[in-house]
Formats: sequence, structure tokens, C-alpha cells
Amino acid sequence: MATVLTEQGPVDVSAGPGSQDQLWLTRPDADAVSGWAMKPEGLCKGDICMPVPADKADDYVRDDHINLAAFWDRMQKPSAHSQNGDVWVLGESADDRSARLQSLEAPDFSLPDLDGKFHSLSDFRGKKVFLATWASW
Amino acid sequence: MWQAIYDDYQNNDFVVIAVAMDNDIEAARPWIEDAKPTYPVLIDRYHQLADLYNMVNVPQAVWIDEAGQIVRPTENAGAFEGFRALDFESMTVPDDVSATVQSSKKTYVAAIRDWAENGVDSVHAFTPDQAQAHLEAPDDNKAKAHVMFRLGMYLQQTGNDAEADSLLAQAADLHPESWTIWRQAADKLENGLAAGPAFWQRVNALGEDHYYKPVDMAGMPTEGPPKG
Repeated sequence: MATVLTEQGPVDVSAGPGSQDQLWLTRPDADAVSGWAMKPEGLCKGDICMPVPADKADDYVRDDHINLAAFWDRMQKPSAHSQNGDVWVLGESADDRSARLQSLEAPDFSLPDLDGKFHSLSDFRGKKVFLATWASW
Repeated sequence: MWQAIYDDYQNNDFVVIAVAMDNDIEAARPWIEDAKPTYPVLIDRYHQLADLYNMVNVPQAVWIDEAGQIVRPTENAGAFEGFRALDFESMTVPDDVSATVQSSKKTYVAAIRDWAENGVDSVHAFTPDQAQAHLEAPDDNKAKAHVMFRLGMYLQQTGNDAEADSLLAQAADLHPESWTIWRQAADKLENGLAAGPAFWQRVNALGEDHYYKPVDMAGMPTEGPPKG
């Protein structure tokens, strides 16, 4: 069992065998925690696909499992995991974040209020949004 | 804090979204329940916004138009670092510094009002070129810092303190400009503020760098106060 901390919250998945720095997931689980899905072209999200390296395919895909951590490294996206490999965070690369900001399209997010009700930035399309941060600390 | 602006312009296709960068919802709750804002106040336990919008401190703000386009990227939301002129014996800041704190806030609020009223015609709404020029791009270290921070906060909640402390320290090292990472992870005083000796040491180490970066807006101070 491993927990992947996604932007929607922690998701428990059954992780296949491997060392602590590998994250072998079933294809549906990998898709669920990352939004990336295996296709004949490779691991894909939208129009973007990362081909499986032919010379070491075994590091990336085995039967119905894929090593999401290996794909993440190959895509040069940051990840972090607990020492025993049971908790993972798969992040976005600085390049992807920068490109998104340079497009000036405000990145969407969905966060809860005190009552646990989620609000997305995109709910407010059609309004000018003054988005401001604060903190108790 | 933004309630009066929201009251005046909510019928003008304008909304405030306030986001608490607070891992502990209960720490944020009394502030929200006291102020009772009528605009949405959201809780960002893992500082997702800092990662998405390259934020490093609070208060920071982004102005987003009706089409979801950024018209002012992440900036200091009108705060002036007057506290850096604090005299520790009298626990006061000089009057002229206090006045600048007030006038900065006032100038920023007036600019938001102008934009809420005039939209794209406001002098404070950047053109796309200007908005892009004001963007600060994240780098690999910052991106890595955000994932380590997220993991560290989660491990702290689940009782794995040793690993959490190490991850949070590494995150702060990888992203030294970020006060959100450092202060969220830091020990808090009894009043809930991360404002103990370690905070002041980190502030003093800024030297000529800013705690709240000056806002590029007419009438805003361009330099910090003389240091106390």
C-alpha cells in the first residue's frame, strides 16, 4: 500500500513490488493519481506522450504495472517520497509551471472553505477575481 | 480585510477570493469566524497556490480578469515592511514608517477599486506584455521545494516527525526566498505567530533584500524603511 498526495488530497493505492524509490502502480491507479495514462505511444496526458525507452522498458513497464516514479524522473518532474516509499508526492516541473504562467491563463485550483465545500477558480469565470493569500502564522 | 471593496463591487462582476496558507485549519478558523467575510475564504493546507503561482509570502495577490487571464501576476498585496524598523526597547516603529504602512495599504486598495470599477481600462491592469514582464519564473529548486514541503507537512501530521523535519528544512534551503514554507514549518509562539528569535534572525539576514517586495504601482514605496 502507498499513499500518493495529489492536489485533490491523499489517494491510497496498492503499490507493486520494487525498491523504495520506485512506484509501481496499476495503469488505472497511475492514471487516477497523476492524470497520465498508458497508450501505445507511451505514457500520455492530453496530446503529450512520454515514450517508453526501448532499451530499458523493464524499468518502466512490467505486465499491467508501470513505474510512475521512473516516468516522473524521465519527464524531469520533481517527486519526493518517504524513506520507506509508502508516501509519494509527484509535482510539476518548473518549466511547465513557467510556461503556464507565461500564457497568462490563470492556473485553476480547487480548495475547500471552512465547511469543507470546494470552490474552484474557474467557478468565477465572468468575474474579475482578486485572489489574495493570508495566513494565521 | 478586503470586505469593504467586495461590498462595493460585488455587483460589478468582481469577487475576492481569500486563501489561507494554513496547514492547520483550526489555526485559520478563529480569524475567519471573527471577520465573517461574505466572499469565499479557502484553506490551502499544502500551499498549492504557492506552487501554482510562485508565491513566497503572505499577503500576496493575483488579479485575474473575466476571461481567466492574469492582469497582475503574483505581487505583494500592498504590505510595507515597516516591522523591520521596530525598536525592540520601546516595541514601536517610527511614526513616518507607520504612516507608510498605512499609505501603502491605502494606495493598493484604491488600485483594486479602480480595477473593479474600470476593468481593462484601469491604469493598474497590466497589458499582456506588462503582465508577462512582471512574472517571476519558478526554477527547478523551487519546484522541488514545493513537493518536499507537501510531503514534509503530511508526514508531520501522520507522526513521522524526524523525516518531516528533515524534508521541511531541505525545502526551506531549496527555496530560501519563501517565507510561506519557512514560517509554516517554524515553531510558533503562544500567539500562533512564527515570530520568535529564529524569524528575526532570518529577517535580519535579508540585509538590503525585501521581506515584502515593493509593488510596481504609482504611489507605492520603492524602498524599505531604515532598519531598526
